[in-house]
Amino acid sequence: MNRLQQLFSDKKDICSVYYTAGFPQGNDTVTVLKALEDGGADLVEIGMPFSDPLADGPTIQASSEQALDNGMSIKILFEQLKDVRKNVQIPIVLMGYFNPVFKFGVEKFIAKCQYLGIDGLIIPDLPFDEYRDKYQGLFESAGIANIFLITPQTSNERIQLIDEHSKGFIYVVSSASVTGAKKDVEQSQIDYFNRVNSLGLSTPTLIGFGIGDRSTFKTACEHASGAIIGSAFVKLLSENGADAERIKQFIQGVKTK
Amino acid sequence: MSKQNKYHVDEKGMYGQFGGAYIPEMLYPNIENLKAVYKDIIGSDAFQDEYKSLLKDYVGRPSPLYLAKRLSEKYQTNVYLKREDLNHTGAHKINNTVGQILIAKHMGKQRIIAETGAGQHGVATATACALMGLQCVVYMGEVDIERQAPNVARMKMLGAEVVAATSGSRTLKDATNEALRDWICNPEDTFYLIGSVVGPHPYPDMVAQLQAVISEEIKLQIAEKTNKDYPDYVIACVGGGSNAAGSFYHFLDDERVQLVAVEASGMGVDSGETAATIAKGDKGLIHGSLTFLMQSNDGQITEPYSISAGLDYPGIGPQHAHLFDTGRAQFLSATDKEALDAALQLTQLEGIIPALESSHALAALDKMSFKKDDSVVITLSGRGDKDMATYMKRFGF
Ligand SMILES: Cc1ncc(COP(=O)(O)O)c(C=O)c1O
Repeated sequence: MNRLQQLFSDKKDICSVYYTAGFPQGNDTVTVLKALEDGGADLVEIGMPFSDPLADGPTIQASSEQALDNGMSIKILFEQLKDVRKNVQIPIVLMGYFNPVFKFGVEKFIAKCQYLGIDGLIIPDLPFDEYRDKYQGLFESAGIANIFLITPQTSNERIQLIDEHSKGFIYVVSSASVTGAKKDVEQSQIDYFNRVNSLGLSTPTLIGFGIGDRSTFKTACEHASGAIIGSAFVKLLSENGADAERIKQFIQGVKTK
Repeated sequence: MSKQNKYHVDEKGMYGQFGGAYIPEMLYPNIENLKAVYKDIIGSDAFQDEYKSLLKDYVGRPSPLYLAKRLSEKYQTNVYLKREDLNHTGAHKINNTVGQILIAKHMGKQRIIAETGAGQHGVATATACALMGLQCVVYMGEVDIERQAPNVARMKMLGAEVVAATSGSRTLKDATNEALRDWICNPEDTFYLIGSVVGPHPYPDMVAQLQAVISEEIKLQIAEKTNKDYPDYVIACVGGGSNAAGSFYHFLDDERVQLVAVEASGMGVDSGETAATIAKGDKGLIHGSLTFLMQSNDGQITEPYSISAGLDYPGIGPQHAHLFDTGRAQFLSATDKEALDAALQLTQLEGIIPALESSHALAALDKMSFKKDDSVVITLSGRGDKDMATYMKRFGF
């Protein structure tokens, strides 16, 4: 069983945290990662900064811009993650836009991920058909889970199709929005979560977008295997830097029942 | 691949290896919906009747094909100008916005969003929205808002809301990102009216079809004016590539016609200050399309430069990438200086002040050689009113 499967079979109320690599300082990537694991995060998503992050709101956009100014690139990220499996045990997923991966070379990228012990990838603008027709074999033989997004507008048929081709988990985007739009969870969203759950999917789900505190995390956990916190955590980093103690407090604050 | 389809989009939204719809799942239903209906809408009598009548009575089409005598004399050939500059709002952009606004109406959309660089597409969109009484939001880079104040005022006067894109380099590509983000957040009532043959499938094909009226008219007009029913050359400037796509459309499968696309090379192709995407870019993804783009070694999209705000887009439409790849079209580039010289020359030989974008197409005359009886069509995509500040500064008038 791989790390993602293990996690989802062992735990519920999974707390997954997104942060941008190379932010706020270029060499903070591993510091933040370790602090997240120590602080109680169950899964991390490391964002690979991109010049044109079109599914992201202002907070993550700004962190990407800062990280690029700090000189971040995929090459440097791989360098920083060189020994990551010596001291981090939780599953790691890389998240980023397709162009930098395409430019790096998809095969080379997957091989490198496998070598470093990366468990999955979230590439929002890699379309489902393209993945299935060109890359699924490559990902699966390397043991890298490709994680798809679904949204309130995604039809049941399409969710089922995505489920059939998914490994790891399905990323349930909580509302029609870019990252960071902060709202209370509304009834229409609950209806959507219930619709997803009624489909009896074989892949576990995590809810993300707009999850940022104890209350939204708790609500999300009632409707999925757990939730993903992004902008709220990136905001913490931008205000306090890669401070291990604050990071721990943040995670504990979100997870406390 | 059938002959018919060699240069047009296939069922998967590809032009050879280029195109597609590399979009996040949030946009998938919108794009699927548009894909499902756009061909039928464009093909319907109701659409065609309304579109044709607006093009005629509102836009002022057909635009003349003008034999530029003194220019022809200078180059010892026959230069015809396709006068898109005479359209309402002063450029070819209106052909597309009038068409897309009708598609939006057929789809029952209430709210129109658009991106703009120099403001030409924004003005053309705001115009079409005013005409149809639809809500209009135009995203424009903060830097461009400062550079293009008159167009910002025109859009506002037309009733549009102009929203500053403050992310990234705060220019056209960022305005496009903001428009896409808006669409992600408003998937149900909003229609994204893209300004060029860029973006995810079906946009490149839809916009090309709406600009195809340019070559449809050229074909008829050249037959009237010469003893052949085709020109030997069609030359157009390329930013995203919509005026070129429209100018080429009906000649794509007629290999007797040489197609020439002219990019903006800014301070020079190798100066680092350029927008010559085909010359300096490589393959990748921008705004949902697999095409050529200007990017760093790490795959970050870089900011292009050209004196002409309508040409400084870091990508190029996927059909053009395919036309380059297959050799069907020839790609040239012109510098700021060459475009300025060409603008002044046209003004003083023919009494026509061209847009800076179109001046890049005119600059190709100095880079090519023609036979005496060739017919050379150059698409004059827009008029120069909007560029007077630049001309005044550069020429000292
Ligand atoms: C007059 C004119 N020509 C050309 C262009 C470039 O666009 P495209 O390459 O889509 O024709 C613009 C864009 O703003 C324009 O205003």
